[in-house]
Amino acid sequence: MWRWLIPLMFLAQPALAAEEVVLGLSQDQVAITATYNGSEILIFGAIKRDGPVPEGPPLEVIVAVSGPDKPVTVRRKEKRYGIWMNIDSVLVDSAPSFYAVATSGPFDEVLKDVEDLRYKVSIARAIRSVGAAMSIKDAQSFANAVVRIREHSNLYKTLEGAVSVDQQTLFRTSIAMPSNLTEGVYSTRIFLTRGGEIISIYATTIDVKKVGLERWLFNLSRHNPFWYGIMSLAIAIAAGWTASAVFQMLRRG
Amino acid sequence: MQIYLPIAEVSVNAFLLLGLGGLVGILSGMFGVGGGFLMTPLLFFIGIPPAVAVATEANQIVASSFSGVLAHLRRKTVDLKMGTVLLIGGLIGAALGVVVFNYLKSLGQVDLLVKLCYVIFLSVIGGMMFVESLNAIRNTKKGKAPKRKKHGWIHGLPFKMRFRTSGLYISVIPPLIVGVCVGVLAAIMGVGGGFIMVPAMIYLLGMPTKVVVGTSLFQIIFVTAFTTMLHATTNFTVDIGLAVLLLVGGVIGAQIGTRIGVKMKAEQLRILLAMMVLAVCFKLALDLFLEPSELYSLGPGGGH
Repeated sequence: MWRWLIPLMFLAQPALAAEEVVLGLSQDQVAITATYNGSEILIFGAIKRDGPVPEGPPLEVIVAVSGPDKPVTVRRKEKRYGIWMNIDSVLVDSAPSFYAVATSGPFDEVLKDVEDLRYKVSIARAIRSVGAAMSIKDAQSFANAVVRIREHSNLYKTLEGAVSVDQQTLFRTSIAMPSNLTEGVYSTRIFLTRGGEIISIYATTIDVKKVGLERWLFNLSRHNPFWYGIMSLAIAIAAGWTASAVFQMLRRG
Repeated sequence: MQIYLPIAEVSVNAFLLLGLGGLVGILSGMFGVGGGFLMTPLLFFIGIPPAVAVATEANQIVASSFSGVLAHLRRKTVDLKMGTVLLIGGLIGAALGVVVFNYLKSLGQVDLLVKLCYVIFLSVIGGMMFVESLNAIRNTKKGKAPKRKKHGWIHGLPFKMRFRTSGLYISVIPPLIVGVCVGVLAAIMGVGGGFIMVPAMIYLLGMPTKVVVGTSLFQIIFVTAFTTMLHATTNFTVDIGLAVLLLVGGVIGAQIGTRIGVKMKAEQLRILLAMMVLAVCFKLALDLFLEPSELYSLGPGGGH
């Protein structure tokens, strides 16, 4: 038994460097303009390898796109004095604002749980909570709530079978970015697996930025809040006056 | 047509917002309420973050109130003197309210308090107005002249002042107190306070309904302008894109609303406002007493 296993392990080791990802992105930057309404990012690539396709289980590909991490406070309502009110709260100290994971097959077949634990690939593993108070026993349900609520609003998604792999060499997938995207650096990771074990990782980033008018307004509101406020009020007053004047003219004319 | 809002960081349908603005604008012109108590929940519903909704709403109210006041000024239905007195009280109250709000925030449960405030005030005010205006309508049908209480304890107070437009000669103390109370509530509940101010002016100060609307709008402009600046400089949550979309609809709506309001009888106007207030109150009460479908809610973390 051991005689067989040891050479197998040696065989598996070089495989880690033997298969590598050569990646292409349809866009490595998402520009948020005034009329931005979601976008689709095409992620495609090829597997570079020195020798022939290794024997054994087929190559599987996982693509994970993750938005900037931000802490989230999760509150739970309970009935007290006949009224539903927020009682317990847990600080989930790091949860991506957006998370999409696309795989070439059923999730538990393409990735082993141990590997998932190590690389934090699945949605449940990608968020982290440590801020639960001792009085709260079921802290996990708070983390689950983050996933549930964000899955509901399409911010978190698991796309099983969304990556198509050709001849164990070419792969492609497209990931839809929602319209309520936040700015930041979106990390994109591509995992190659065989038999549930990760054999290669490739990481890159997609920049999501506001541009043009959006950028200008956002900067103004942060750097010159006073003038931004004055400008908002001026617009409001001008609009109110214009409407009044126009209606007055209509009534006379 | 979809528009991405720079501060709210969501993409929304421009026509939907124009429509919402217009609808709330009509109500604003008709009743002299800012409409914040209606618009803010509507904005939550279409996915605008609460903080942005509350702040931007204040900016939009400035526009629709200004538009409405100009229409009322032409009809001479704005009591500028009374408005100024109420405003002085209102600003003092708003400052007090911010202190109270921050204290409650340190205790937690602000959300609940705000909702309870809404439910209690809306139900009391709405119920009172409804009953009163129903009686008034019955009386006019029977042919009785509407009674106006003339001499109460209010008339015994010092510092009397003549408010010509309202046809009142009363002490400045009651309007000041009304202003302060509304200011406190406005700051806590994050609204212009028109829906509290209007009934208070009618029932507590005995002002004629026609003058009340314009006067309420007049003081709302200043209170909400103050609130807008406060939000813009401290929380950076005023979304100018959202505000423009809402206020284009709002200012047009306010003009239409003012014209509708002029054609209607005072009792009808009051009963409609009462019904609207009760409807919003009912909706909020349901949220408090029924089990929500999602027990958990997400908020920005790491405040301290």
